Amino acid sequence: MMLWLRTWQLGVKSLLLHPLRSGLTMLGILIGVWAVIVLTAISQGASDQVQRQLESLGADTIILVSVKPSEEILTRTGTTKYGLTRDDLELVKATVPTLQSVNPIREIRRQFSRGDNLVDGRLVGCTPGYADLNRLQLRDRGGRFITDLDNRKTATVCVLSAGVADRLFPYEDPLGKRIYVPESQDYYRVVGVLKHRTASAAVGGSLDSQDFSNDVYIPIRTLRGRIGDRIVTRRSGQFQVEELELNQITLRVGGGEKAVRSTAKMIENLLDERHASMEDAAVVVPLELLEQARNLRLMFLGIGVLIACISLIVGGIGIMNIMLASVTERTREIGIRRALGAKRNDITRQFLVETVVLSFAGAALGILLGFLGPPMYRGMLALVAHWAPDKYAVLPDVIREAEPTIVYETIPLAVGIAVAVGLASGLYPAIRAARMNPIDALRHE
Amino acid sequence: MTRSAAGPAQETASPYQSRSTPTDSAPPASAAAASLATSIRNVTKEYVLKSETVRALRGVSFDVPEGDFVAIMGPSGSGKSTLLNLLGCLDKPSSGQLLLGPDDISLMSDDELAEIRSRRIGFVFQSYNLIQQLTVVENIQVPLYYQGRLGAKERERAIELAGLVGLGDRLDHRPTQLSGGQQQRVAIARSLVNDPFFILADEPTGNLDSKTTEEILSLFDSLNSEGRTIILVTHEDDVGNRAKRVIRLKDGLLRSDVFNSEDDRRRAREEQAANVKAISAREAEL
Ligand SMILES: Nc1ncnc2c1ncn2[C@@H]1O[C@H](COP(=O)(O)OP(=O)(O)OP(=O)(O)O)[C@@H](O)[C@H]1O
Ligand SMILES: [Mg+2]
Repeated sequence: MMLWLRTWQLGVKSLLLHPLRSGLTMLGILIGVWAVIVLTAISQGASDQVQRQLESLGADTIILVSVKPSEEILTRTGTTKYGLTRDDLELVKATVPTLQSVNPIREIRRQFSRGDNLVDGRLVGCTPGYADLNRLQLRDRGGRFITDLDNRKTATVCVLSAGVADRLFPYEDPLGKRIYVPESQDYYRVVGVLKHRTASAAVGGSLDSQDFSNDVYIPIRTLRGRIGDRIVTRRSGQFQVEELELNQITLRVGGGEKAVRSTAKMIENLLDERHASMEDAAVVVPLELLEQARNLRLMFLGIGVLIACISLIVGGIGIMNIMLASVTERTREIGIRRALGAKRNDITRQFLVETVVLSFAGAALGILLGFLGPPMYRGMLALVAHWAPDKYAVLPDVIREAEPTIVYETIPLAVGIAVAVGLASGLYPAIRAARMNPIDALRHE
Repeated sequence: MTRSAAGPAQETASPYQSRSTPTDSAPPASAAAASLATSIRNVTKEYVLKSETVRALRGVSFDVPEGDFVAIMGPSGSGKSTLLNLLGCLDKPSSGQLLLGPDDISLMSDDELAEIRSRRIGFVFQSYNLIQQLTVVENIQVPLYYQGRLGAKERERAIELAGLVGLGDRLDHRPTQLSGGQQQRVAIARSLVNDPFFILADEPTGNLDSKTTEEILSLFDSLNSEGRTIILVTHEDDVGNRAKRVIRLKDGLLRSDVFNSEDDRRRAREEQAANVKAISAREAEL
């Protein structure tokens, strides 16, 4: 016991005799351990991110979105109308009767005012299911959300998001008051106010990341009646016409992954028939995001394992190399120790302890640096965003928004592997040291 | 103190009798075997090199009773160090028999030899052989370390021995900070730390001035009078004269095995003491 303690002391001491050399020797192990920790952290972060995304979109949903066709197609067909239609909606309802809910929306950029207060935001025509689908929650004593009755009556009522409510009504309770929409000269009575909600991820890159803080919700039939499908906007002196019935239809499918997949297939076929020529609609299946993320995670893990393996092998070779050099350099010391009564095992142990100390130290530093991994990752992303915004824009969300999370289980694993590498690569030099004949070792210069 | 007549070498104790052919005059091994420190029979040692085979020892036989004080002399390359290494269990003979007490070392395993080196032998090397990264005290402690003895008591002993060889004020110095003579003294202290049964010294005074030589030799004298067996290799007749017995080697063969009379030894001691005194006096004058 005591002997081991002393052997460790001796090992540390002789390594400290050459601090630079020992430091360089540790590098391979250090990088290997670091790679294991950081890359598992990133892949964990990516999969957490997808988990969050799925929670916000729902793994049991299918989202149909209108896509603005290219100018070329629009001029060729000579129309300004595109996207999902109310016919599509009825067709989907009729074809897939097992859907739990079908939620069409139409959204328009608008300004909202109240007295002198003016807010830019999104006017969303929706159905009652929208709140549930997007996990919108009403404030305490915040009234109610849009109802079916509102839709049937095409009532001019609205529900405010927290952001709009706070800015239009800084000092009063908005409930029962009216807001004004200057572009269409409409008044809407506030029937509900929502809690704050953090933005959710974009849907497969086809929509803007949804920021719910500047929304005003009205019944979708009211929007159709008041504003219509045709929207004329003036942008830099030119009139732009956009004609669109529905921006998005969110379907909720019961019955698990299989049902989601088969329904998605069915709906894709359906839309294909009606929208293939203009390419003005798309189907997004959040479940597929999960797959994408799983693949990404596997990729990260694969890269991690690869880097770690290479680096550990290099580290092992480094250790072996240094220990062989050290054995040669210390041949005389070995001879002296043997002459003074050291057994072969004593010598083997001494050198093995040194390699274990080296690889332990490397692993420890690797872990320390590993903890710096997550901030480093974010820093790197920030750099990319700053210096190459175009590249940043095309990065998948999973990478952009991942929060690397250290998986603590990998730490003992990494240390174990590092020490095993140290032992494996130190064994040969140690045995070689012990094999030497004491006399020959003593004659070594 | 006179030599016991029991030693088998006693019967051939006449000065200058040649033993160049050890086989024909080998003494009976049975005589008083129990009190033999070591006994070698027809020992040879060959070093096989790429181009040739060096025959460093070509058949040497002699016995050393316990408590003896032997000087091995001979020209450079005659095999003195080789012989001492064999006696110190650092190497095995190519042929012949080497008994250490009752044990034949050529039959022992590597670990058993290490055990003997660590417990029974104190070795002083021709070239000090201190460990560079250890301090004086740590160097002295090394043989105990491999006996698994690492307590405070062992450190005490190492410090005591450093004092004995006159290095009490250098305990934490490293070998590179010491002179050759001081390093040699550390090596001697180290050889004593395990309370050896047998002290083997390869030119222990080769690098020392006459004053330090005298100190070391009196140290050996007193160790020998405590009953420890001492075998040392030397080139110097002065040193040889202080031993009880001188074995001369030449070309790997034993040329002579001579006993110094007690009178000769005393005379040599006194001469050297006087010499040292004269030197000290001259130094004091300057
Ligand atoms: N390990 C070895 N390999 C090859 N030859 C060796 C080895 N050790 C000793 N020799 C040879 O054996 C012979 C005896 O060497 P040894 O060292 O015993 O001489 P020595 O009497 O101690 O000489 P010195 O007084 O110079 O120390 C020499 O010729 C030497 O070259
Ligand atoms: Mg020699």
